[in-house]
Amino acid sequence: MLTADDKKLIQAIWDKVQGHQEDFGAEALQRMFITYPPTKTYFPHFDLSPGSDQIRGHGKKVVNALGNAVKSMDNLSQALSELSNLHAYNLRVDPVNFKLLSQCFQVVLAVHLGKEYTPEVHSAFDKFLSAVAAVLAEKYR
Amino acid sequence: MVHWTAEEKQLITSVWSKVNVQLPGVCSAAPWTEKPFFASFGNLSSPTAIVGNPKVRAHGRKVLTSFGEAIKNLDNIKATYAKLSELHCEKLHVDPENFRLLGDILIIVLASHFARDFTPACQFAWQKLVSVVAHALARKYH
Repeated sequence: MLTADDKKLIQAIWDKVQGHQEDFGAEALQRMFITYPPTKTYFPHFDLSPGSDQIRGHGKKVVNALGNAVKSMDNLSQALSELSNLHAYNLRVDPVNFKLLSQCFQVVLAVHLGKEYTPEVHSAFDKFLSAVAAVLAEKYR
Repeated sequence: MVHWTAEEKQLITSVWSKVNVQLPGVCSAAPWTEKPFFASFGNLSSPTAIVGNPKVRAHGRKVLTSFGEAIKNLDNIKATYAKLSELHCEKLHVDPENFRLLGDILIIVLASHFARDFTPACQFAWQKLVSVVAHALARKYH
C-alpha cells in the first residue's frame, strides 16, 4: 500500500524525471535488452541498436505512461485500464518482464539521481512500480 | 560451471575494487525480509532507523565481504558458498527468493553510487553475478 509519504517521495522524484522522459525511457529499455536478453523477443520488429529512434520513441511512451500513473496513484486500476487491456489481449507480455523493466528503470533513476535515490525513495518507487505491474497484469486471466 | 568472459570479470572486479564495504540501502526496500531473520537487530522500524542501526551495518559488511569471496573465486562460486548454503537452509531457514531480492537491491545501490560508471555492460555482469550467487546459496537446500 502506498502511504502518503511514499506518494510524496514518488512525486518529488518524478519532478526530476521531467524533461528526461525520452532519455530515461530509452536507457531503461537498453539496459533491459542488455541485462535480460530474452526481453528482446517482444521486439523482433525493432531496430535494437543503441540510440535507435524506435527505442527512444518507445522509451518516451513508457515513461509518459508511468507519468500518468504517478498522477493517478489513488486510482491506478482505472487510469491504466486501457494499457491493462493492451498488455493482456494484444501484447501478451509475460508479467515477469514487468519486474525486469522495473528493475532497469530503477537502475536508471539510481544512476542519474545518485545519493538522492535513498533507501526511502527506493522503497517507495519499488512499491509504486510493483503496483503498476500488478494493474497491467490484472486482466490476463 | 558458469562461464565468465574476460570482460565480465573485469567489470565485476573493477567495480568491486571501489566498493567501500557498506550496505545501508538493503533492508528498507524489502521490509518483509527483516522480521524473522533480523529480530535481534533492534530498531528496524523505518528506513532511517535501519540505515543508522549498527547491527545492520555490521551484517551488511558481513554479506558484502562474502560477496568479495565470490568475486575472488568467480570460477568456483558453488564450492565457495556450499557451507553458507547449508547454513541458510538448516539454521537460518531463509527462503532463497530473498537472495534474489537482495541481489537486485545491491544492483540499485551500486547504480546510485557509481552513476554513469555503472554502464549497461556493468549491470549485465553484476546481474549475472548476483544471480549465480543466489543460485549457489540455494543449491544445498533440502
